[in-house]
Amino acid sequence: MARNFFTMMKSTAPSATEPSTAERTVAPPPPSMKQDAAAGVGVHLDPTLEAVRHDFTEEVEMALELRDVSAFYGSFQAIDRITLPVPRNRVTALIGPSGCGKSTLLRCFNRMNDLIPGARITGRIDFGGRNLVDPNVDAVEVRRRIGMVFQKPNPFPKSIYENVAFGARINGYSGDMDRLVEDSLRRAALWDEVKDELDKSGLALSGGQQQRLCIGRAIAVQPEIILMDEPASALDPVATLKIEDLMRELAEDYTIVVVTHNMQQAGRVSDYTAFLLAGEERVGRLVEFGPTQDIFTNPLDQRTEDYITGRYG
Amino acid sequence: MAARQPNEPQAQPPQDTVRSLLAELWRDRLQPSRPGSGRETSAGRVIHAALFLTATLSAFVTIGIVLVLIFETVEFFREVPFLDFFGSTKWSALFAEKQFGVWALVWGTGMIALIGLVVAIPLGLMAAVFLSEYAPPRVRAIVKPILEILAGVPTVVFGYFALVSVSPVIRDIFGQDVGIYNALSAGIVVGLMIVPIIASLSEDAMRAVPRSLREGAYALGSTRMEVSLRVVLPAAFSGVVASIILAASRAVGETMAVTIAGGGNPQFGVNPLEAVQTMTAMIVQLSLGDTPTTSIEFKVLFAVAMTLFVLTLVMNIVAQWVSRRFREEYE
Repeated sequence: MARNFFTMMKSTAPSATEPSTAERTVAPPPPSMKQDAAAGVGVHLDPTLEAVRHDFTEEVEMALELRDVSAFYGSFQAIDRITLPVPRNRVTALIGPSGCGKSTLLRCFNRMNDLIPGARITGRIDFGGRNLVDPNVDAVEVRRRIGMVFQKPNPFPKSIYENVAFGARINGYSGDMDRLVEDSLRRAALWDEVKDELDKSGLALSGGQQQRLCIGRAIAVQPEIILMDEPASALDPVATLKIEDLMRELAEDYTIVVVTHNMQQAGRVSDYTAFLLAGEERVGRLVEFGPTQDIFTNPLDQRTEDYITGRYG
Repeated sequence: MAARQPNEPQAQPPQDTVRSLLAELWRDRLQPSRPGSGRETSAGRVIHAALFLTATLSAFVTIGIVLVLIFETVEFFREVPFLDFFGSTKWSALFAEKQFGVWALVWGTGMIALIGLVVAIPLGLMAAVFLSEYAPPRVRAIVKPILEILAGVPTVVFGYFALVSVSPVIRDIFGQDVGIYNALSAGIVVGLMIVPIIASLSEDAMRAVPRSLREGAYALGSTRMEVSLRVVLPAAFSGVVASIILAASRAVGETMAVTIAGGGNPQFGVNPLEAVQTMTAMIVQLSLGDTPTTSIEFKVLFAVAMTLFVLTLVMNIVAQWVSRRFREEYE
């Protein structure tokens, strides 16, 4: 199934902003494309738009499928026609230099950009058979199913317990709240450190603990996907390592998408990597996507290689 | 001069010709005002002293008022036992048999302030939530100043408004045997008067709540209402409580509206449909009469004023303490 999806995507003509899905499948791929696809190597159609995609080495289901997703802030276009799959129960890293639109892309996944006046998204993001960028889809429902952890830890000025219970409460959770809080904090690898002081303010914790509290808070809502926007960038190395270990553990039950500036981090934690880059006009585009190992050891696009070897960014 | 130029703060890189020219022009003017040089000092001293006086004038006036209050209050308690003042609920300062139970006045004040807060807290907080969380910037830019203008309406207008607009409605609801002067009517207009204080200060506090906190709540699947009421409002708790206490202090000190609409009946009853008298209204009543300055009725004015002063002072201090004590620091 995954293979089919990719073969199909490679055949996409990079013309219209919002072509229908039907058009895409019908359009016959150029002969040269077919050949390359059969050879198992991604192709570069248009250096300004079409991204290189590595073939998948494993059979995996997709949690999200993006097609031609563009995002705008007023008249400024932040990302341009990004087509990207997000494999289920894997960690997918979005990497790229500052201003390449990776955070914007991440914020499309849970409609966070709806909160910014003048922001809009075009294209499709398939999520369980629905297009989650469709204005008729309830953003609140999307955010309940797709959690988010932010760059700077942002616990509520409430007790540790209430921080975790908050999401469950507003979503009408009627089960055993103590149990849910404990489970969530255990999964966030924070329980042992805070079990005796659940009444303490979340703000009294250290930065790394606060971030794990925020992860626990997101888990308590029982989402399917957890988005992380540079979750360790405000933390010290030890706390960073803890968050990274946690991401690996969480990937067993959740789909994780992480934006990171830190290439080593992307290499350590992610199964798949998408490299984004913005050109002169500051519009972010997908350059290359594939299994992290392939991207890091065998990048097909010169720009990806330049970035991961630290030549710019 | 040229040798010192590198040390001059006005000296600019040579390419910045306009600025270095200005620096040249200003250097001569700036130097004489340094300590030790003679020019400008006499004029400077006069200005300095004048500024100092204006800045300290209000402080001196306040100190003067407090001293007078203390002095006259002590005089009053020489003639009337402390317990007659603070241990009684009967007030009849203008009758032949004088009673000075200040609790009757404190009660009237408290009742009107309480009614005012019951009106103003929901209205003010809802207005603050709307302005901070719901209103588009353009709507907010229009509505907030209008709301604040409400705070500038002369309070005598509110008093009159209570008599001609609010009281008749109260009589329509509760029956015509309710007096035109009653605590409820006065309390309602006092409430309207303090809505801008609560709304404006609470809105400031709510807007100071970091955006990241709102995003965190939205990311958990909160609706705008849940974000506003369950995250932003509690996070702004200290500012909101401080605004309520300041509004209460304003309600306690309010004079004109309650003098006009509250009636002049110092009593210790729970019925808000009856006339009451507040401390402020009593002060007006006694000051307007031809009370001789040596009489006990005159001196009790100061004792009541002192009580009022201490009450509002304590409330303002509590408001400041709350706003500092419960303020959350978000880096």
